[in-house]
Amino acid sequence: MTDSPILTVRGLSVHFDRTAEPAVDNVSFEVRPGECLAIVGESGSGKSVTARSLLGLAPAGAHVSFDELSLAGETLPAPGSRRWRKIRGASMGLVLQDALVSLDPLRPVGREIDDVLRLHTTLSRPERHDRVLELLDAVGVPDPALRARQRSGELSGGLRQRALIAAGIAAGPSLIIADEPTTALDVTVQARVLDVLSSLRDSGTAMILITHDLAVVSRIADRVAVMSRGRIVEAGETRRVLGAPATVPTQQLLASIPVDVPRGVPLDLRSGEHTVENGSRDASVLPELAARGPRSAPLEPTAKTAPPAPAPALELVAVSRRYPTRHSAAIQALDNVSLTLTAGTTLGLVGQSGSGKTTIARIALGLETAESGDVWLDGEPWGSLSARERQPLRHRLGAIYQDALSSFDPRLSVERILVDALSAGTADAHRPLTTTDELLDAVGLPRAVKNRRPLHLSGGQRQRVAIARALAPGPRTILCDEPVSSLDVSTQARVLNLLDELQRHLGLSYLFISHDLGVIRHMSDTVAVINDGRIVETGLTDEIFAAPRDPYTLSLIAALPRVRG
Amino acid sequence: MTEILAGRLSHAPEAAPGIRGWRRLLSNAGVIIALGILALILTAALAPQLITSAQPDAVAPAEAFQAPSVTHFFGTDESGRDVYTRVIFGAGNSLLIGIAATVVGLGLALVLGLLGGLAGRIGDFVSTRIVEVMFALPGLLLALVFIAIAGPGVVTSTVAVGLSTAPGYARIIRSQLRSVRNASYIEAATVLGHSQLRITLQHILPGALAPIFVLGTLGVGQAIVWASSLGFLGLGVAPPAAEWGAMLSSGRTYIDVAWWLTVFPGLAIVATAASFTVLGRALNARARQEVRG
Amino acid sequence: MTDSSDIATDWRTTTPASRLRLLGWVARRVGGGAFVLWMVATVIFFALRLIPGDLIDAILGGPGSQASAEAVAQIRTDYGLDQPLIVQYFLAMSKLAVADFGTSYALKVAVAPYVLTQLWSTLVLTIASLVVAWVFALGLTLATSGRGGAARSVGSGLELLAAAVPHFWLASLLIILLSNTLHWLPPISVPGPLGLVLPVLTLALPLTGFLGQIMRESLSNAYEQPFVLSARARGESEWGVRFRHVVRHAALPGISLSGWAFGSLLSGAVVVETIFARPGLGRTLLSAVTIRDIPVVTAVALLSALTFILMTIATDAIDRIVDPRVKEVKAQ
Repeated sequence: MTDSPILTVRGLSVHFDRTAEPAVDNVSFEVRPGECLAIVGESGSGKSVTARSLLGLAPAGAHVSFDELSLAGETLPAPGSRRWRKIRGASMGLVLQDALVSLDPLRPVGREIDDVLRLHTTLSRPERHDRVLELLDAVGVPDPALRARQRSGELSGGLRQRALIAAGIAAGPSLIIADEPTTALDVTVQARVLDVLSSLRDSGTAMILITHDLAVVSRIADRVAVMSRGRIVEAGETRRVLGAPATVPTQQLLASIPVDVPRGVPLDLRSGEHTVENGSRDASVLPELAARGPRSAPLEPTAKTAPPAPAPALELVAVSRRYPTRHSAAIQALDNVSLTLTAGTTLGLVGQSGSGKTTIARIALGLETAESGDVWLDGEPWGSLSARERQPLRHRLGAIYQDALSSFDPRLSVERILVDALSAGTADAHRPLTTTDELLDAVGLPRAVKNRRPLHLSGGQRQRVAIARALAPGPRTILCDEPVSSLDVSTQARVLNLLDELQRHLGLSYLFISHDLGVIRHMSDTVAVINDGRIVETGLTDEIFAAPRDPYTLSLIAALPRVRG
Repeated sequence: MTEILAGRLSHAPEAAPGIRGWRRLLSNAGVIIALGILALILTAALAPQLITSAQPDAVAPAEAFQAPSVTHFFGTDESGRDVYTRVIFGAGNSLLIGIAATVVGLGLALVLGLLGGLAGRIGDFVSTRIVEVMFALPGLLLALVFIAIAGPGVVTSTVAVGLSTAPGYARIIRSQLRSVRNASYIEAATVLGHSQLRITLQHILPGALAPIFVLGTLGVGQAIVWASSLGFLGLGVAPPAAEWGAMLSSGRTYIDVAWWLTVFPGLAIVATAASFTVLGRALNARARQEVRG
Repeated sequence: MTDSSDIATDWRTTTPASRLRLLGWVARRVGGGAFVLWMVATVIFFALRLIPGDLIDAILGGPGSQASAEAVAQIRTDYGLDQPLIVQYFLAMSKLAVADFGTSYALKVAVAPYVLTQLWSTLVLTIASLVVAWVFALGLTLATSGRGGAARSVGSGLELLAAAVPHFWLASLLIILLSNTLHWLPPISVPGPLGLVLPVLTLALPLTGFLGQIMRESLSNAYEQPFVLSARARGESEWGVRFRHVVRHAALPGISLSGWAFGSLLSGAVVVETIFARPGLGRTLLSAVTIRDIPVVTAVALLSALTFILMTIATDAIDRIVDPRVKEVKAQ
């Protein structure tokens, strides 16, 4: 690593006219060749705006000012200057998230890569074609000749992300800016993409990695800068910052990560007071408030020592399901799946996309029927009932979903949603919460949200409304289908805390489905791992994570980026 | 035309505009102008005496072919009748036919759409085939074929226009119904334990029928244009009634000497149709905003 | 401006399997279209037979014609009206299947050859109008979109007006302006390209309005997409971004709309051909409708429907090739 930085930024500020606070406030940093600098922060902290401003591509309406902004010693041009065309792609490359829309979906990906070569090299067309194939091969895309001809929609998530990286590096830029390059990818795929990025870094390219995921940072970043509200609040070597965070925002980011927090201990958010997220409170008004403060005495871990209930809350026995497809053989979505959810506990179901978790959820909810096998709810037949027979019993099983917003009728206000949910279910159902106000209190939402529509609430608030709605008919079991996957890390922490509390005080059982092993580990008493429609391993959480037996489970755990402090 | 509506309303609002929608509506200058024009047209339709003192059929051969002037705002026609008065009195005809045709079209579309969306596979099949057949003859062609079978006249031309617009509306209603039925919140309602009947009545139907109001507003404008086209072709209101399309038709004969005979009635048609369109679009935008944000 | 090899590459990206699927899809659509045509013919047939009295009047040349009982009986036999309904139906359908449209009531000539000659004229008119509308709409959108708000509002306003103007009025305006005042063009359609200008303009301008609105919206949507940011970050010039990426996305909704647009052009051809005294299906239909010449009406209706269905299949096929996401949506 040479000593002179390839990119120097001093005093970068970005204002948008209308807001009083700058989006980026006096930011300074440097990047050296062969070094990866990660810029982390929550959404809205200004990371992406910073990244885009480095390329002169700040969003419309932005006023960019800086004391120094230079690449390899030369000052970068003002936005709109034609000099940028020589710099972008050739000296600086950009890799965005979600290659499905970051590559032109109407053009073959090979063309997108070829564009870079056409713009910045003097290679002839056949030479460019060969180079495209070389690049795809270098980033690990198998069968490059076929893939180059395909459009982004025809490639899997990991492949197209790698194609996007190939386009970013095609002209050999000395600096790559990667903005959330692995978000929305499966854990195993994410690991592979991160490998590609680290080998780039190792070969001398400087890298700026924008992310909200600290685990990714710990994996490939040499240095990290933490942004909050447009400012860099802390910066330094990755190991130091993550191991001994000195500022509150950094500590908050670290503490919100669930994977290493034991079961039953609330995820810490801010040392001291209650946080206020648009008026919602973290502690519910139910008695026995959650522990406050950093890692104070953990509450009694429940489930493992609690006496088992007479019948499992939910049980799937040898469930199988196939889907016919038009062009090929039928897909075996589920193959002989058996799950047992003990009353009052949480069963975590973990698997990647396409593994069958959604099918299990739908069969458990009675929205689809299994071809073979049985489903039992509270020890009574459930899957074998007809839809009509099932309807009056549905109050026993509630559900919350990943996309809370689309699970609400867009015309209804929060109050109407809850009133509607309260009127479902039979009159004799045992219900601890019977009014809208009680529901709102239980999930920590202020009464003021009653007249608003979910559209105008934040992601965390919407999920709380969804939880309130699920509780309204008085279920004993709730199916949580990726309930926190779309949320910010700290919002995620709050919602998980809420779910924990509700379980403790209402004696609920959860079937918790997620692809995020960290969340699963924190939330579950027992875990089931599903792959390709089959349950490959089940058992107590701690046992599985300490000593996984199945090779697939092993690979999942190994691929999980952990924050090494 | 209604297929354009289908394209534009592919993100149709799932709610009719509420109170706040109306207030925000009025803040747009174009909308205010449109409303003004429509108010004028409505007055002309309901109480023409307020805007003009003459009679539309008052023949005065001595005054034929006079250019627009202070006494005759829009000039006079070949029989000396005041064009301005005839345009005013024609408003009632056009508005009535336009609204009636839209009602016919929407009504038929509702039946077809609900049949397709709620009556299971057979209902969907039947409804789709009927709509396909109606679509095979686009626009005026279907209207003309209907008139060939049923004969010309005011009633038949109204029904004909309604028939032409129906398949477009039906497709929109059906696709709206489908997207609502497949929406996640319908499944969530099932999981909560509501009966299918209740879900249909409380969620599916209101969601699917919400764009009707907007569709109707947009549709009236188009219906007026088509109805006057039929009038222009001599298949609508019988002369000497003042109808904008028919006026244009007779005016065409004298187009080299009396341009005002074609320009002013046409202007009335365009102004009315455009105003309905502007209003309809603004309603659509507001309703979408309220629901989508 | 788009790299022409782009289009060639697009076609090459389709694999043999997907090409086969495309053919299968086309075959299904054609079959569906044939079914629709048959239904149209059936509906017309039965709708007419519900008013038997008028049918004979129509053949005789209008109601109130004094015809002797023998003449009426003769017509009954000649036209097969004395047979049971089902038999009549099968006879009629089998005749149509071989494109035998019978004899015109009014003109007393064979309908099929007569109508087919009109078809060509109408096709020229409608296809020319479609092409002109596309060119205008694309040009207007590209010219006014990048600029500031004023040009955009003017563009949108023009489009709104264009879409609201009825054909017969626009035709009159154009005649007044271009023929009577400026004397550039003849007011009546004459053979040859000059006579085509006014009719094509009349049909194309309102369609330009519609297409322009759609394109403008999808253009501004396309500019917001992340792939535009990626392209710019590669060092692509604004020109390149516009013509290599955005234009294609902007034109997409226009392609799928073109099928519908063709239908509306066919519909508008009725008025336009009448005003400009131009031979074609539209004018033929109108005169046939006025005198209730049923064989001609049926023939024109079926021919129009056939043309329209074929155009729709063609535009949908192009849409599928250019935008693979259409298939993915349908697969859900």
